[in-house]
This record gives sequence, structure tokens and C-alpha cells, in this order.
Amino acid sequence: MTGEGGHIVQFDNVGLRYGTDREVLSDVSFTLFPGSFYFLTGASGAGKTSLLRLLYLAQRPSRGVIRMFGTDVITVPRARLPAFRRRIGVVFQDFRLVPHLSAFDNVALPLRVSGVPEGEIRKPVADMLTWVGLDQRADARPATLSGGEQQRVAIARAVIARPEILVADEPTGNVDPEMAVKLLRLFEALNRLGTTVVVATHDVHLLRKVSDSLIMRLDRGRLSDPTGALRYPPRPEVAAR
Amino acid sequence: MNAVFSIGSMAIRRNAPRFGAIDRLAPHSRLAGPMPWVIAIMIALTVIAAGAGLALRNLGTNAGAEIAGGLTVQILEGAPAARERQAQAAVAHLRTRQDVAEVIRVPEKDLEALLEPWLGRQMLTGDAAIPVPALIDVRLQGPVTERRLEELRASLKALVPSARIDAQAGWLGPVFDALASLQWLALGLVALLAAASAAAVWLAARSALGGNRETIEIIHLLGATDRQIARLFERSIAFDAAIGGLAGLLLGAGALWLLGSQFARLGSGMVTGGALGPADWALLVAIPVAGVVLATLTARLTVVGALRRML
Repeated sequence: MTGEGGHIVQFDNVGLRYGTDREVLSDVSFTLFPGSFYFLTGASGAGKTSLLRLLYLAQRPSRGVIRMFGTDVITVPRARLPAFRRRIGVVFQDFRLVPHLSAFDNVALPLRVSGVPEGEIRKPVADMLTWVGLDQRADARPATLSGGEQQRVAIARAVIARPEILVADEPTGNVDPEMAVKLLRLFEALNRLGTTVVVATHDVHLLRKVSDSLIMRLDRGRLSDPTGALRYPPRPEVAAR
Repeated sequence: MNAVFSIGSMAIRRNAPRFGAIDRLAPHSRLAGPMPWVIAIMIALTVIAAGAGLALRNLGTNAGAEIAGGLTVQILEGAPAARERQAQAAVAHLRTRQDVAEVIRVPEKDLEALLEPWLGRQMLTGDAAIPVPALIDVRLQGPVTERRLEELRASLKALVPSARIDAQAGWLGPVFDALASLQWLALGLVALLAAASAAAVWLAARSALGGNRETIEIIHLLGATDRQIARLFERSIAFDAAIGGLAGLLLGAGALWLLGSQFARLGSGMVTGGALGPADWALLVAIPVAGVVLATLTARLTVVGALRRML
């Protein structure tokens, strides 16, 4: 389900502060459209991770309005939030794999949370692990995996349930350039199937690797729009995606 | 590439299932912590307290039923011949009454046998013997009431002036009061132990929450509901409570059985009346089951309460 203007996410004058500190995000307003590919860039400490936390519903803003899937997620009852979270795939910057589960079980986690029968889990999870090159490491625990391998497990977990929005925080930070490109291709494939992708990165080379991507730039908590990605109503070519 | 997304044809439920394989994700450390042992001790103490309360109830009920219609008539006459005559008259009169079910004259030999250890043989025989009242054990149809007692006293006084009538229940009144107090004490102990068990489970659940905060946060952000996450802990704590409860039941029941067999050796009719019946044992067996339910509910409330503080 999308909003009235066809958008899947809409931030309106959103501000975020932790405790009584100054705002880490100020007056953030943008719209994301279904099937678009966005890069979120900015220097370290610009507020990228905070913005992503708002996007994957780990945090409520201090002010402003956030609408996702046509619903105001600030005022929605807390009990309804898990259903929204299941529509969002997240690649955490620090991977956040469950330490006592194998790579296979970590990837299968979103499916199990969604109640997919066990008989329907094995094949897609095995395929996904093969695709990220970890089919031989399916039974390995996160502690025995390298940083790059953990990151690939985290990405596999984020995309396994075909989320409507994929949010990735520096997803290629710990992999070699070849694997980084491969993972971006996975995101693109998912994007072509209709998933809205938001990738936070400070790697400017990555931005050129995805054609038709739109760029959101954060600077000390404020958003700029170098590609017109956030304009509302959207440019015709953005709206057409 | 398409193979990767073969999941696209799979129906993913957006609403959390009531039951699901997520239950397997709990980081179980079964029997590793102190929880099963704490629960075993709590259940053992609860079984002993409840068993004692039930035994006291049985004892009071049986003793009360036994003496409910009981009266004791004493013939307080110093002269042996007159005492004998009055005792026979009293027995004869009581046997004519419709409301009297049974009249038994306690044989003098039995009275002497009871008193001999205290007074000595010389005090009970010969010319210097102290006078011992004649005792008549009477059982009325139905319970003894104050009105019936007064009416019986009046009818007997005319025939046997030295007769004194007492309801047996009257002597044991303070004993029954004490038994009732002990039953309340046992009930209070059961309630306190249940509260202590719930507190122990609350602490264990909070500790488990703290120890698994990272995992919980991940599962939470992947869209698990509070109910799904709480179930992970419920299962773990229910397992600990079941093992602890079983051990506690065996310990408590063993202690009760040992105490029961020691009391049975006393050979006292009153104490034997406190024996536990099949229904009592069934109730004691239900205690660990109630313990598991209490532990599971406490774990659920604790975990759900903590999760509500997260977005």
C-alpha cells in the first residue's frame, strides 16, 4: 500500500534528538517512491544511521510526521508496528547476527518470524546462501565467520523475505570490491522486482555503479537533494519508476 | 538470479503467527542456572505446607465427626455403693431415651488401668482408695446442642443428683481452634511461597532478558511481536519450572510420607484421622502444575512489560 501521492515513505519536518542534546536530524522532509533506488550519503556523524533507524522503525522522531505504506507510523498503535517492520529489510552496519544461530538460521530468521512453514524455508535460504557464496558455511556460527562473510549473511537475511523497502547501512564496508559489486547487483535485482532500496554509504565510487540511482545527502543532520530525488511531486521520470 | 527470488512465490504472512518455528530461536541454557533448583525448593516447601494443612483439616474433621454427638456423664459420689447405684440408674434412664444412640459404662478396671501409672495401685484399692467417679460414655442421635444438653441434665438430675454431664466437643474446643489456626498458617505459607516463587521467576526472566538483549532487539526489529518474543522465554522457564516442580514434588511428598509413617506408629486414633486421602494427594500433585502455570504467566508478564518499553 502506498500513500496518496504514490509514495511509500514520506518524512515531513522530522527532527530527532537523543535526550537533551542538540538535534541530530533537523527539518528532514522527503518522499520515497516504490521501486526507486536511493543512496544516502554524508560524512561520518552526519546522521545517516539515525535517519535509517527512523526508516526501519527502531526509533520515533522527536518531532514531525512519518508516513509509511500510507500510514502515519508515529501515531499507529505499537502492536501494529511488527507488521510494518516485516515489510522492511535491514542490513545493519554492525551486522547484528544472532550469535547462537548458524548462518542458515540467521538468514531464515525473517521467514520464521513471519510464520513461513519450515518446509518452505530450506530451499530459498539455501539458494540465498549459495548466491552470496556461503553455501559451504551454512552451519557456521557468526563468531567463526570473517567480517565479510558476516556482512553477506546480514544482507541475505535482509533480502530473504522480499521486503518492500530495503534499508542498508554501509552494506559493502567489509567486503572486497568484487563482492561489493555483486551485492549491489543483488540490491538492483531486488529493486527491479519492486523493492525500494535505500543504501547509506560514504563510498562515492559506489554511487556510480547503480544507474538511475537517486542521491540524498545529509550534512550535519540536514538533508539536501542533489538529484531531485526528494522533490514532491516527483519528476516524471522518478514517478514513472 | 531469479533462483534467489524463488521465495517470491511463497506466501509470507504479514501478521505474526500464533505458533511458529521462531520458538526454536531461544537461547536455551536449560538446567544450567539456579532456577530449577529454586523452584524445586519452593515446590517442596509448598507441598509440605499444603500437606500439613490438609492433614490438620482431616484430623479436625474426623475428630469432630467422632465426638460430635458425644457426652460424658460422671457420677461424682464418694460412697462406692451409692455411686454404683446411681451409675446403674443413670445408664438405665439414658437407655430409655429416644435421642440417645449408645450408652457405654466405662468399666472400673479400665479407669483403674488409666489412673494406676499416676496414682499407684495402693491409692486405687482397699479402704484407703480415693474415690474415682463412674464414667458413662453417651452418644446422642445428631449433634450435641446447648439446649439438648440442658434438657438431659435436668432429666438426669432428678434421678441421679451427683451426675455431671459434659459435651466431649467442649473439652476439645481449644484444640479445634488451634487446628484451625494451624490450617490458616499453612494456607498463608502456601500463599507466601507462591509469591516468593513468582518473585524468583520475575528475577530470572529479567536476568534472561538482560543477557539476551541483543538477540531480542534483532528479532524485534525483524518484526517479531511481543507475544512471539515472550514465548521464547516462557518455554525456557516452563521447562525449568517443570523439572524443578517434579523434583520438588518428589522431595515434599517423600517428607510427608516419612512424617505420616512416623505419626502412624504413635497408634493414636486422633493422629491417624489426619492421614492424607487420594484426593489430598491429587491436590498435592497439582501444586507443581500450578507452579509451572504461575512461572509461565510471570515470565510472560515480565517479558511483555519489558518489551513495551521498546518501540
